[in-house]
Amino acid sequence: MPRAADPPDPDAGAAPAHPKPRHPKPTHPLRAYPHPVTPAPDLLIPALTARARAAAHAGSSSCPCGAATLADRPDGTVVRHGDTVAKAHPPGTDPTELARRLAVASGLPGVLLSPLAPAPLDLRGRLVTLWPYGTPVDPDDPDAAPWEAAATLLARLHRTPAPEDLPPMRGPAKAAQAVARLRAAAAAHPAAAPVLRAWNALPAWARAETPLPDATTLCHGDLHMGQLVRHPAPAGPWLLIDVDDLGVGVPAWDLARPAAWYACGLLPPDEWTRFLTAYREAGGPAVPADGDPWPALDTPARALTVQTAARAVAKAVAAGRPLDEVEQAVVDACDRMATVPPQLAQEHAK
Amino acid sequence: MQCPKCRAPMHTYNRNGVQIEQCSGCRGIFLDYGELESLTRLEAQWSQAAPPPPPAPQAYPAPPAPAWGAPHGGHGHHGHHGHHRHKSFGHMLFSS
Repeated sequence: MPRAADPPDPDAGAAPAHPKPRHPKPTHPLRAYPHPVTPAPDLLIPALTARARAAAHAGSSSCPCGAATLADRPDGTVVRHGDTVAKAHPPGTDPTELARRLAVASGLPGVLLSPLAPAPLDLRGRLVTLWPYGTPVDPDDPDAAPWEAAATLLARLHRTPAPEDLPPMRGPAKAAQAVARLRAAAAAHPAAAPVLRAWNALPAWARAETPLPDATTLCHGDLHMGQLVRHPAPAGPWLLIDVDDLGVGVPAWDLARPAAWYACGLLPPDEWTRFLTAYREAGGPAVPADGDPWPALDTPARALTVQTAARAVAKAVAAGRPLDEVEQAVVDACDRMATVPPQLAQEHAK
Repeated sequence: MQCPKCRAPMHTYNRNGVQIEQCSGCRGIFLDYGELESLTRLEAQWSQAAPPPPPAPQAYPAPPAPAWGAPHGGHGHHGHHGHHRHKSFGHMLFSS
């Protein structure tokens, strides 16, 4: 029962809920981390469920499917009823900005999943959007991750002219949020120092301290493998979901999470090559059509490595456990950044 | 130009394609805007190039990776995270 929209998770620990249909108690590592969950306001889930049910089974007094809560986190709650998914956006979400982001999703069928209603609803003080259900990437089979589809969808998104009133994409803001949480919760951890050092060496825009250098390119803002669904389920084409961080900005940010995983030695070279090649073949503008893509990717990939490391350290501290091998690899990459000056994209770009 | 420190004349030299001014008196060096960055970049390229390339040619050369990348994982097929995906990375693939 995957969600049709992935809430941003500034809580530095919440794994997106990716239970597979008919597996209410998944044992996937997605659930391996204990993570703090602040209960949503008592009545939000019933109200959200009622909303989803009303949309899914309009005109029927009985519900044939049973409801499922897909995610319940302080920053977002997602429930499914039949073919309909209702998402309560994080408290404090700007209604005008969300409406503009939603309008982009409505206007880009074939790239982004289209919402069922063009405007968010107000439900008990939370903004709620309704989506059709889509089948997500199988979290138990990450080898089946659709790298080519993800890259092609991003290239098409980046080539789409952005509406003039669209707010900036929130990638750097999310990274800054993760670093703020690291400072607040885990500053004494030995891994915090290299992570913060790498963060402080980033250009101001990548730390969300100044406007993004690109204010025209349409970006997703939070790409990962939980942000793709097949619609119509279960075998329709892949589409991007989650518009919460969508906006105008530096398109290399959307490539930078896989780039960071590759750089940290976590994503095998062939999977990175498949992703990058598909993006280039689809005419994506974030990197030059050939040659070394790293002058364009360097800053965003550093920022996302720092963000990932900051969340990993905060999670480990919260759980009272040491960093695992993968988390340590990301922290080690932050440590190495201190010895290598940032690449200068404008001087290297071909 | 004149040295801002000791007022002796400064002479222009070319170091790896970067023009730098050096004082003929105190030997201090003056860099124009961007020149320090150019030198730093050259230095980084030099240190990247320092380890000798692996002698065996690869059928599929590994794609480029940044200098801060993992020593092995980003550059070949022998990364210690290896062929079977670590559970924790499986989680990371789906996380913000």
